[in-house]
Amino acid sequence: MEAPRIDSGRIAEVAHGLDRAEVERREKVFSVSDLSVAYHGNVALDGVDLEVHKNTVTAFIGPSGCGKSTFIRCFNRMNDLIPGAKVSGNVLYHGEDLYARDVDAVEIRRRIGMVFQKPNPFPKSIYDNVAFGPRVLGMKGSLDDRVEQALRQAALWDEVKDRLKDGALGLSGGQQQRLCIARALAVNPDVILMDEPASALDPISTTRIEDLMHELKRRYTIIIVTHNMQQAARVADMTAFFSVLVNEEGGRRHGILVEYDSTTKIFTTPSDKRTEDYVTGRFG
Amino acid sequence: MTVIEPHVERDHVPAPDDATTRQGRAWKNRLFKLAMLFCMFVAFGTLAVLLVDTLVTGWPALSSQLLTGLPSTVAGEAGARPAILATLYLGALVLLFSVPIGVLTAIYLEEYANRERWWNRAIEVNIQNLAAVPAIVYGILGLAFIVRGIGVGRVVLAGGLILTLVVLPTVVVASREAIRSVPDSIRQGAFALGATKWQVVWRQVLPAAIPGMATGAILALSRAVGETAPLIMVGAITYVAFNPTLMGPYTALPVQIYNWTKQPDADFQVLAAAGAVVLLVIVLSMNAVAIVLRNRYRRQW
Repeated sequence: MEAPRIDSGRIAEVAHGLDRAEVERREKVFSVSDLSVAYHGNVALDGVDLEVHKNTVTAFIGPSGCGKSTFIRCFNRMNDLIPGAKVSGNVLYHGEDLYARDVDAVEIRRRIGMVFQKPNPFPKSIYDNVAFGPRVLGMKGSLDDRVEQALRQAALWDEVKDRLKDGALGLSGGQQQRLCIARALAVNPDVILMDEPASALDPISTTRIEDLMHELKRRYTIIIVTHNMQQAARVADMTAFFSVLVNEEGGRRHGILVEYDSTTKIFTTPSDKRTEDYVTGRFG
Repeated sequence: MTVIEPHVERDHVPAPDDATTRQGRAWKNRLFKLAMLFCMFVAFGTLAVLLVDTLVTGWPALSSQLLTGLPSTVAGEAGARPAILATLYLGALVLLFSVPIGVLTAIYLEEYANRERWWNRAIEVNIQNLAAVPAIVYGILGLAFIVRGIGVGRVVLAGGLILTLVVLPTVVVASREAIRSVPDSIRQGAFALGATKWQVVWRQVLPAAIPGMATGAILALSRAVGETAPLIMVGAITYVAFNPTLMGPYTALPVQIYNWTKQPDADFQVLAAAGAVVLLVIVLSMNAVAIVLRNRYRRQW
């Protein structure tokens, strides 16, 4: 029985992100150096260095357990909520250390939004879902306008404008995920983190989310975790490949960043053998 | 390329399937179904017999006199108004005290307490143990500390406080259950929008948990309303011929019923049965409200 092979040639064809020089000309949003995360002393991710630039889409790909989801949660300090999680190293956000003692995680999450793997609308109306962020942040101005604008940006307005008072749990999975994106947009974030946002969705909904990312890139900086390489190729300008390093003694395993480059380069001429094996389907 | 071979149990012998074994299986099936029906009948039958018997016995005394009249030494003139009123007061007091304390305790234990600290684990075990303490023990405690210790006296307020202690563990456990049933993805989603811990708990977790908490609180209340032993302990006296007040002497419906059954005059037995019907109606309608609440707000996550 032959395992299905992924044709990296075809993946490379769909890759049409910015080239690396263009990305690096843009303003630096995140600058990560020597970042490690451990849960109760077990290292999950070790020694990551990477930069994220403004108005680009950066994708994290890699096999299960490589720490890519752990990593994305470092950008809005969601790991703070996990008991026993410890982040060490540096994450600079516009030059400021996110993990400095006087930085409030709540303040960070107001500027760095997040969309999760499984759509998680609140058990409230569509309107109240989008309005939740502006309400808790005490944002000034017309709430109705804010909600409409966010829903339009998330390409959901036309589908829900006549039933804003209906429960959000009645929407389809794809609509729920776009609602979660609208919810994140409603607080005017600077960055949007997406942790496998389309993995629980059907192909049509996935396409809509991907189209949306191209749109959103103009106004926001986007970081996306995906296990789907075609998706990374379709949406991302830069791609980081993570892998699992198995420690010989004790069999401990943790994630490492193998290669980070423009998406086109990662999928056509990766410099690391492990990346090449992964994107050509020989591993993972 | 690796070739994955499906794992096949080769030495698995299928069970014989001839006519005799098949018949045997069908028999067992039927037998078990009968046993289950019998058990169900024991539970349901008891309740039905109880209800019907009480209703039939108490029927002659079920009148407006029972609801509005004052107790009397003459069975034909006796009513249970003070007892019914006191029971309603007690219920209100129990709700007033046990819901805020129970809900806040549950929020602390579920959302704030760090399980790795020994005192939080100790509190948890304690609450579970408190739920198993017999009600009469609470009665003794109440007599010593509330009635005599703080000197509240044998009044409605003291009764309400004792009953609160009796049902508090139940309220805490039910509220924790309701809070725990709110999926973590909701909390994460709210945190990711920049909500503070307080906002997450207050605006997302609590509203989503309210139906479950309300159900638990009502069930606890219906237990409190039926309690007799601790009230006798803290002096719910049996002959009260006036409307109770918060800081005055009182009796409660179950205590009143108990008292009537002790009377030698057979007419008082009828009165006791009628009082029991009133108590059952109060308790069952509260349970009905709890069930309606639960069904109405049941959520699919």
